[in-house]
Amino acid sequence: MRVEMFTFLMAGAICLFGALGVVLLRNPVHNALSLVATLFGIAVLFLNQGAYFLAAIQVIVYAGAIVVLFLFVIMLLGVDRAESLERDPLVGQRVTAIVIGVAILGLSLTVLLAAGERATGAGSGVAPLDPGVADVNRLGRVLFTDYVFAFEITALLLTVAVIGAVVLSRKVGGAPIDLDEFPDGTALDQLPVAPDASADVLDDEVDDDVAAAGDGTADGGDDDPAGEDADAVPEPEGSRS
Amino acid sequence: MTGFVAVLAATEDIPTPDVDWSAIAPNLILMLGGILLLTVVSVVRGRLPGWFHAVWTISVATAAIVAVVPLWQRVQDSGPESVLAGALVLDGFSLVVTATICVSVILAALLLEAYLRRERLGGPEWYVLMLLSASGGVTMATANDLVVVFIGLEILSVAVYVLAAMHRRRVSSQEAGLKYFVLGAFSSAFLLYGIALTYGATGSTNLSRIQAFLADTVITQNALLLGGLAFMLVGFGFKVAVVPFHNWKPDVYQGSPTPVTAFMATAVTAAAFAALLRVYVTTFGPTYRTEWQPLVAALTVLTLVVGAFLAISQTNVKRMLAYSSINHAGFVLLGVLAASAAGDAATLFYLVAYTFMAAGSFAVVAVVGRRGDGHHDLSDYQGLSRSRPGLALVFTILLLSQAGVPLTAGFLAKFYVLAAAVESGYTWLAVLAMLTAVVSAFMYLRIVVTMYFAEPEGEPRRPRIPAAAGLAMGLCVVGVLVIGIVPGPLSDVANDAVSQLVAVGR
Repeated sequence: MRVEMFTFLMAGAICLFGALGVVLLRNPVHNALSLVATLFGIAVLFLNQGAYFLAAIQVIVYAGAIVVLFLFVIMLLGVDRAESLERDPLVGQRVTAIVIGVAILGLSLTVLLAAGERATGAGSGVAPLDPGVADVNRLGRVLFTDYVFAFEITALLLTVAVIGAVVLSRKVGGAPIDLDEFPDGTALDQLPVAPDASADVLDDEVDDDVAAAGDGTADGGDDDPAGEDADAVPEPEGSRS
Repeated sequence: MTGFVAVLAATEDIPTPDVDWSAIAPNLILMLGGILLLTVVSVVRGRLPGWFHAVWTISVATAAIVAVVPLWQRVQDSGPESVLAGALVLDGFSLVVTATICVSVILAALLLEAYLRRERLGGPEWYVLMLLSASGGVTMATANDLVVVFIGLEILSVAVYVLAAMHRRRVSSQEAGLKYFVLGAFSSAFLLYGIALTYGATGSTNLSRIQAFLADTVITQNALLLGGLAFMLVGFGFKVAVVPFHNWKPDVYQGSPTPVTAFMATAVTAAAFAALLRVYVTTFGPTYRTEWQPLVAALTVLTLVVGAFLAISQTNVKRMLAYSSINHAGFVLLGVLAASAAGDAATLFYLVAYTFMAAGSFAVVAVVGRRGDGHHDLSDYQGLSRSRPGLALVFTILLLSQAGVPLTAGFLAKFYVLAAAVESGYTWLAVLAMLTAVVSAFMYLRIVVTMYFAEPEGEPRRPRIPAAAGLAMGLCVVGVLVIGIVPGPLSDVANDAVSQLVAVGR
């Protein structure tokens, strides 16, 4: 048996078992890890075809970033939260999934069988962009010559994202002060614990430097609540423009 | 597997491009200024006076403007240059936009100082994000590559999404941040898709190469390129809030902390228009003008009309100004539509003038909004002429300038843009723009009338005017009047500031 065939069979088996694991295992963390196995198998298949860059990207982006994101979400929601599988959150989700799955399977089988002798299992015959230089080298070279500024300045983008995440996830000091602008309620009302309304409320004195922080009126700092912001009230999306 | 090993083993020298540090000095100053501020503050936490952040930010922005001056001389003497392997271009246009963005940082920092004190908020992050956002804007304005345009846009936008949501105790601020983020991410996807299609059609993301390619080659199947142009227009249109991609603007402008709104109205608009102009007029103008002009003309009509008519039906002043800024975007779009040297200069003049008008107007709004940033109804302006005559006068001047009254910056800005449009054969659009200007003048006058003639219920309140906000307003009024009365210097600069692309050496 040739090495390529052996690798193909092994990687294919890993992919298949990983895919089955995603669907059949009951623990969400195990599902996500099975997905990693599938993606690794696909990376090996890419290597087998001589697509080194795609293989690396497959590992870095899919296994490295996307599955880790899945795991983050699973961890945040709680690993052992019981998920009811009795009711579909989307109506007809299951039926649609089965129909699409069967259609894709049928289509792939048809293509494979109809192609007949054209599906030889040989490695892809795509030549490198530049004979004598591997494509990865070309990509690396472009990244550090033509696109060096774009590459470097991405660091700034990441810095901004980190600062933003830290700033926005910080604890808020005090209750919201503009709830009267939302007579129909906000997303805050749907939180299990209502925000502490007795926390210090900004008072609305003109000479605000003298006003002590604790003695504000409890109505959210608004002195003429009746109809003041009639037009400022956010309404459902369709009615404003 | 041998290929993979060869990749790992290969050692060869990569001819990395020369970095001309002086050419990117303004951008570097803003970038390093922001990051240094963060570092310094986290090291000497608590031992800095309250005004330190604002003073630092203003100094950094001033230093960036100072760094622009020698570069301007250099461009005027020896012509535009391409920097960093063609990623950036150094030309008069990008330098003027850079200076404009820095001016809006200064004005917004002054407002922010007063605002944060009043709202009992604080922290260096506001200023850090503003500086980094400005650096993204400068990157966009100087970009000579679609990838760099995109990354600059993302730096600019991500920082502003966060700034919009940073008044954590106002639910509407959070709403604004979330809305801006979701819609902005959506529009970024459009822009990126357009860039990908353009790359597919022309084989490069570099604007100079795209321009050269289109000049040399006749594309028989240009569906890919047209698709790319349309998608990119959607992406840019979102950022400058061109109708029908404007829906986020009123909500976001109203909900964001008012100094942040001022920053959005000035810096974000200027950077996005600079990129739009460079891509459409400078790169695709010579060859594909006839293809995109009808599209942009349709957008201009919608933007002018919808902006003006929806503005007059509002009763919240912040929202009114948001809609009026949509109308202003329509006027700037006229300058882009003209696709001529006169149009470029007029666009630039408009952006500079609008920076002063918008920053000043939102400064007044920030002051009248009082603690909590919630008093933006038209009724809150009743009797302002009696309680704060100076404030009312300042707002009147700025609003008249926005309406386009002679002897103010707004009049000449509108005049140049209309002249450029007429010159390029869009007389009907210029007439329409005049009519919408009359409609929005009604809205501005309504605010003025409310301030001077409406009878307040009870004793009118005297909003406190902090020194920093007063200084910002003063600068804006002076700017508006000086540009309006002595327009020569600025219009000379705008005329010299040609947007150019330089062929990239290969």
